Amino acid sequence: MSPPRLSVTGLACSRGDRLLFSGVNFDIGAGELLLVQGGNGRGKTSLLRLLTGLATPLAGQVRWRGEPIERVRERYHAEMAYVGHLNGIKDELTPLENLRMAAGLAGRRLDEAQAEQTLERLGLAHCLDLPARVLSFGQRRRVALAGLLTAGALLWILDEPLTGLDVHGVALVESLLQEHVRAGGLAVMTTHQPLQLANVPIQRLRVGDADLTPAETMSAGQ
Amino acid sequence: MAFNLYYYASPATFYGLAGRLIPWFGWGAALLTIIGLYIGLFVAPTDFQQGDAYRVIFIHVPAAWMGMFIYLVMAFWSAVGLAFKTRLSFMMARALAPTGAMFTFVALWTGALWGKPTWGTWWVWDARLTSTLILLFLYIGILALWSAIDDRQRGDKAGALLTLIGAVNVPIIYFSVQWWNTLHQGASIKPSGTSMDEIMLAGMLVMAFAAWFYAIAAALARVRSIILERERHTEWVKQILQG
Amino acid sequence: MGRFLLTVIRRDLLLAARRRGDWLTAQAFFVMVVSLFPLGIGADPQLLRSIGPGVVWVAALLASLLSLARLFADDHRDGSLEQMLLSPEPTVLIALGKALAHWLIYGLPLLAIAPLLGLQFALPAEAIGVLMASLAIGTPILSLLGSVGAALVLGLRGGGVLLTLIILPLYVPALIFGAGAVDATLAGTGAQAHLSLLGAFLLMCLVVSPWVAAAALRVSVE
Repeated sequence: MSPPRLSVTGLACSRGDRLLFSGVNFDIGAGELLLVQGGNGRGKTSLLRLLTGLATPLAGQVRWRGEPIERVRERYHAEMAYVGHLNGIKDELTPLENLRMAAGLAGRRLDEAQAEQTLERLGLAHCLDLPARVLSFGQRRRVALAGLLTAGALLWILDEPLTGLDVHGVALVESLLQEHVRAGGLAVMTTHQPLQLANVPIQRLRVGDADLTPAETMSAGQ
Repeated sequence: MAFNLYYYASPATFYGLAGRLIPWFGWGAALLTIIGLYIGLFVAPTDFQQGDAYRVIFIHVPAAWMGMFIYLVMAFWSAVGLAFKTRLSFMMARALAPTGAMFTFVALWTGALWGKPTWGTWWVWDARLTSTLILLFLYIGILALWSAIDDRQRGDKAGALLTLIGAVNVPIIYFSVQWWNTLHQGASIKPSGTSMDEIMLAGMLVMAFAAWFYAIAAALARVRSIILERERHTEWVKQILQG
Repeated sequence: MGRFLLTVIRRDLLLAARRRGDWLTAQAFFVMVVSLFPLGIGADPQLLRSIGPGVVWVAALLASLLSLARLFADDHRDGSLEQMLLSPEPTVLIALGKALAHWLIYGLPLLAIAPLLGLQFALPAEAIGVLMASLAIGTPILSLLGSVGAALVLGLRGGGVLLTLIILPLYVPALIFGAGAVDATLAGTGAQAHLSLLGAFLLMCLVVSPWVAAAALRVSVE
């Protein structure tokens, strides 16, 4: 198997008639973090969704370990974890149940002790048995991030992971990121907040800076 | 080979081709309708059982055929679109649906007009009328789904999936309605019972071709406007609109 | 594969158990719709017996559609559907598992209620038995076909009505064979043929629906 590498070539994405971005290229390998930047509505979230494989690009290709992700979907998804705007946790379940259920749906086993440990690490020790419904916004975000840790994925794709977190939460996420990348993980993320990472090289990518051009101009030749 | 296929599957190329074909099919449809109606209304003999009322079959039967046939063509384009991701295929499916629904509706309407003098009632739960009614429901469902989805790509694919699962179901629906009908001893409308006069058959076939030509012309015209709307930002459309 | 399917089913059962209100609403709807018919058309036992099977079956179709509208919608709203689609496990199994869970939660209880409604409609014991058999074979069809519709209308405004519009025509064979089986028993011709056809239709839905539902989910989430 070739080394972990996320490579993107000539990626383009449209929303309705508008071209959000085109010609996006980047390439990151083990131990690298890519920070996606750009104003609101410029397609940061759309880009991340293209990277996960949830959406299909107007043009271009996303490759994982040198293979197009749609061709190696199962292996790619086994090695990738995504935290989007929505936390993906069920209100009716406790954080503990949420974590174990999410692991089950990803085809993994997660024993209770391990889940508990991860939740404690994220500062949720006192609400293990409360239904997620009664948790605050920041606490739910922490549950989602706990899910990220238990996924044990090589590639993290994070959409605004810092929103709703307090100062401690932000510091915690920063230390998790640092740990992940230093251990040879890859990360692609967006954030509006300044990110403090020691000894981690940050690549930056700006999306959607070009004038908003109509989407069809580039697909016309198909 | 593959290159050629994609060349004609390109909306820009197809737009021109469709424009050249429409007059042929349009005028062809008009001509065939005149011939067909002439045979149906003046040449074909009066039916000894049903009198002149039966003449509605010259519209009813071709319309029922077309309603069914267009649904199958839509399913074909939907499958092609999903398999090969050709934009034009989805546009064809969308362009055909209103015509198919219209023919299905006409078949039901004329069925009622025929039923009244023949059976003394506007509606009988005849197997074919009932199946046609359900076919109309399928068309309505697809049209409603398209109109509810704003995103073009999602609409294309969702409509195609619904058309396909409908197409898989259509034979089963037809069979079940037939089955239900024989069990409940419903009425059955058949043209004059025994054998059909040759001239009647000829008239009906001419009318069927007229319906074909009309459907093709209407679908091509609709596909042209869909192409224009979707590609309005491209250079070639801008040139057409300015020129 | 089987274990993963069980995980999906268990998850939905657990969620339903935490949210019993929804479950009760669907069953109450079924009972009420059926009970309104005698009020509308009179209490002549002969008449009731002849329309009873059809009424129970039509009410079952409507009751299943009522609950199907939320089959994927809740998971879509909180982001857990996205996470499921990013699972390395096949999406088909998720679609199948959720449809089966829907049947266990909403379809199976109809079987328990149906005999009571059969009594209301003056059905003899033998016909009630056939009614239950037809519902046992037929209600999974409703869940399976309905899951396709639920996936197609995901996140659309007016999704509930739209779901009814696109799925009811597809339910026609189930209605004809299901209600027909009871009619045939009443007429003394035997329900065997009807039930066999219903079973064949179920097999077909079992094979086809999950694939279409999975494809529809990917299209709708994109």
